[in-house]
Amino acid sequence: MATDISKITEQSPWQDLTVGNQIYGSGTAKLFHTGEWRIAKPIFDSEKCTQCLLCTPVCPDSSIPVVNGERGDFDFDHCKGCGICAAVCPFDAITMKEGQ
Amino acid sequence: MAIRERLSGNEAVSYAIKQINPDVMPAFPITPSTEIPQYVSTYISNGEMDTEFIPVESEHSSMSATIGASAAGARALTATSSCGLALMWEELYVAASNRLPVVLALVNRALSGPININCDHSDSMGARDSGWIQIYAENNQEAYDNFVQAYRISEHKDVLLPVMICQDGFITSHGVENIELLEDEEVKNFVGEFNPEHYLLNTKEAMAVGPYAVSNYYMESKKAQTEAMKNAKQVILDVAEDFAKMSGRSYGFFEEYRLDDAEYAIVIIGSAAGTTKDAIDEMRNEGKKVGLLKIRVFRPFPETEIAEALKHLKGVAILDRTDSFNAHGGPLGSEVTQALFNAKCTMEVRNYIYGLGGRDFKVSDVKKVFEDMEGLVTEGKEVEQYQYIGLRG
Repeated sequence: MATDISKITEQSPWQDLTVGNQIYGSGTAKLFHTGEWRIAKPIFDSEKCTQCLLCTPVCPDSSIPVVNGERGDFDFDHCKGCGICAAVCPFDAITMKEGQ
Repeated sequence: MAIRERLSGNEAVSYAIKQINPDVMPAFPITPSTEIPQYVSTYISNGEMDTEFIPVESEHSSMSATIGASAAGARALTATSSCGLALMWEELYVAASNRLPVVLALVNRALSGPININCDHSDSMGARDSGWIQIYAENNQEAYDNFVQAYRISEHKDVLLPVMICQDGFITSHGVENIELLEDEEVKNFVGEFNPEHYLLNTKEAMAVGPYAVSNYYMESKKAQTEAMKNAKQVILDVAEDFAKMSGRSYGFFEEYRLDDAEYAIVIIGSAAGTTKDAIDEMRNEGKKVGLLKIRVFRPFPETEIAEALKHLKGVAILDRTDSFNAHGGPLGSEVTQALFNAKCTMEVRNYIYGLGGRDFKVSDVKKVFEDMEGLVTEGKEVEQYQYIGLRG
């Protein structure tokens, strides 16, 4: 049985899986691009944004990166397009656009 | 030096738990297994062991907490019966598929309904496909001995599967019998320390237990699980051999009683094997060539070994203490018949259901089964493929 999870792929034979599918390592959800599921995309307008940061904590997928106290554009590898950020934004700085 | 005692099955298993002194025991009371957590918590209160006892609000929680404790790196166990096992259903599969070496002290009791607190095997037989190793006892001594062997099997690196140690409710769990106990030191040395390779509380290695597996991984992980169950066969025998060296008591997948030269045999699980042996002794005195195959290990199912032990017989009666409600028999009946078919054995085989909800199973019942089988083989007297024993009407 394997313990190096970086070598396990969807083509790995059963003998190469970890016991009980345990994952040795942390933060591996980053490798799973849930952004592919998106059917609506949040568009960020930095002109309207006041950096109130109400959107950041409500994002269920931690897809609004904050650097030095300021949010930037979305992490589209993981944003599923749920639209919660657009709903909470008091300044219309986030609008939802249909499609990926 | 063996300790001679008189204990009930519940006391015997609790004593084994005290001697093993596992790390965590979450439990919720249910008849007839209630005494096990009760005795263990008394041992803890008296300072005789230092297991962390967690009183939980249900069996769903007791198995969940057992799983959590095991994943964290603790040696964990719980105890239950009947509907308590049913409430653990989801977690039974989680424990097995996450390959957690937990042990469950199961005291077999009928499932509702009608609601009934007495012995049958409907609880554990319903869980026969959950991925747990299942080991059954005929009496208190075997329940104790099986429990002492459980962690060695469960925690073996080629296995890593949960183990259910089963005994018959009230008949075994509350019946007091003579028993030989092992010294504390012997049990401690035999079971050893639990040193999991990976565990959640390891500060040197981050890990996740129980992740989602998409279709591209699910079948491969099930194959790995079923291979572990196959590996368990050799491990069970190896552990039994070591146990025999220590205790002088030998165990295998099953016990053969006067089977070598028998023409007819009963296959049975649990305490009713004792009644069957008595009936066999009486019938042997009358010159009848009858014998018994008592299943100890039902999961993994020792298919080829059972067929090999039964192949010389003219008639085999398989006795189930539960009905599968599939309109053609019980689980032991199906699996033993399959084993015989695969081994190309063509003797007469019949399946009987006995002892449901604690119905008494008597020496006369055993004799009737043997008489039926002999009449079928020698005189062609028809015997139903599947029938209830001791039924009115």
